[in-house]
Amino acid sequence: MIEKTIKGIWALLIGLSVTVKFFFTRPVTMKYPEEKREPYLRYRGSHILRLDEKGKEKCVACCLCATVCPAQVITIEAGEGNEHEKYPVTFEIDMGKCIFCGYCVEACPKAAIIMSQSYELAEYRREDLSYDKERLIKTGK
Amino acid sequence: MVDLLFILVKIVVVFVALLLSVAYLTWLERKVLGHMQSRLGPHRVGINGLLQPIADGIKLFFKEDVIVTAADKVVYHLAPFIIVSTALLTIAVIPFGDAIKIFGHNILLRIADVNIGLLYIFALSSLGVYGIVLAGWSSNNKYALMGGLRSAAQMVSYELPLGLSTIGVLMQAESLSLSKIVQAQAAQGWFFLPQFIGFLIFFICAVAECNRTPFDLPEAEGELVAGFHIEYSSMKFALFFMAEYASVILMSALIVTLFFGGWLGPSFISCPAWCGPIWFGVKVFIFSFIFIWLRATFPRFRYDQLMKFGWKVLFPLSIINIAVTAVVMMR
Repeated sequence: MIEKTIKGIWALLIGLSVTVKFFFTRPVTMKYPEEKREPYLRYRGSHILRLDEKGKEKCVACCLCATVCPAQVITIEAGEGNEHEKYPVTFEIDMGKCIFCGYCVEACPKAAIIMSQSYELAEYRREDLSYDKERLIKTGK
Repeated sequence: MVDLLFILVKIVVVFVALLLSVAYLTWLERKVLGHMQSRLGPHRVGINGLLQPIADGIKLFFKEDVIVTAADKVVYHLAPFIIVSTALLTIAVIPFGDAIKIFGHNILLRIADVNIGLLYIFALSSLGVYGIVLAGWSSNNKYALMGGLRSAAQMVSYELPLGLSTIGVLMQAESLSLSKIVQAQAAQGWFFLPQFIGFLIFFICAVAECNRTPFDLPEAEGELVAGFHIEYSSMKFALFFMAEYASVILMSALIVTLFFGGWLGPSFISCPAWCGPIWFGVKVFIFSFIFIWLRATFPRFRYDQLMKFGWKVLFPLSIINIAVTAVVMMR
């Protein structure tokens, strides 16, 4: 009985010491809009369409990314350029549905589509979540 | 005439200080709980969230006051006032300093020096439970009723040891007046050493008296949603909250007065009379902090555990404490 009581009181004191220990350690909270978490190197954020050295998009509109995409959010319309090359007239990604799996990046034979580290993708209107070609190129700059 | 003026000034100063510390105790509680859980607590409104209590107050003041249709209107409106007025009235007898001289007048730093101060506090704090029970009953809500009933059962279990644990102190001080008790401690040393068991029992019962974790059965968020104040909104809800925090401060003040020498500083530091309120404030702050610390650490008692603890542990211990004190004093 007395042993049990002492053990019980000891347990209470241990509990109190745990909370006071955490009282003096640094909180893990990040004051978000002021301080932002640095994403890890392989973090998969919003997509980037890359340009080649002449300033034209690297994408050749092969539609492999659109094919492999599990969420089917990539819409590509192919067209013919001045030098008879194939290029995407429109290239749209619906970020509202994208699952950020990175398959499109893996599938791309020209390394034209890569993923950035930006994660602040919220919009006020649903339509704004559909990124067109200009916006995807602009993300990379 | 001048005396009356001084009394009025004392009342205003003490109540403003009490209400301010109630407001900032909510801030302190949220901050301390946050840091104990590796969070920051409020930090958006003002520097370190210091304006948070004001923002909360304004928000609660402008909220819609929803009144339950099936509630017993008179009792429903009365309950928050009972609980808040009984909680605030207890400050009247608590001495927070010795006599000081201002403009040639000798002023006692307490509102009323009643010779039955301790009985007055126990009477009012028992009345405060009526506020909870009536709030629970009049809301016409099963959770509120459960909270009220639990509060009644809890009161029966802890009020006896709460009263009995102070008897050792009363025997040593030979007075019920709180200022006399403090003066006795100036002569005999602080009472928490000879009355350590009494202090522990009183502290546990004080936590129960304030309805705080681990004895927050009447409001038990997990089981009863919010317990007795579930149907209250707007300023009435704020009154319940004020009463809870005011009783935390008052119970800390009572513990300090009975066991930790009230306004007396440590004997090795000599300090003029105006130090009294500062020492008192520091000690009350420490005990308020312990109240919050307990809340951050311990889970809630089960209903039957509370009864068992109250009747089978605290009650016999407090009686043994009285007997031992009596025997030691008789020698």
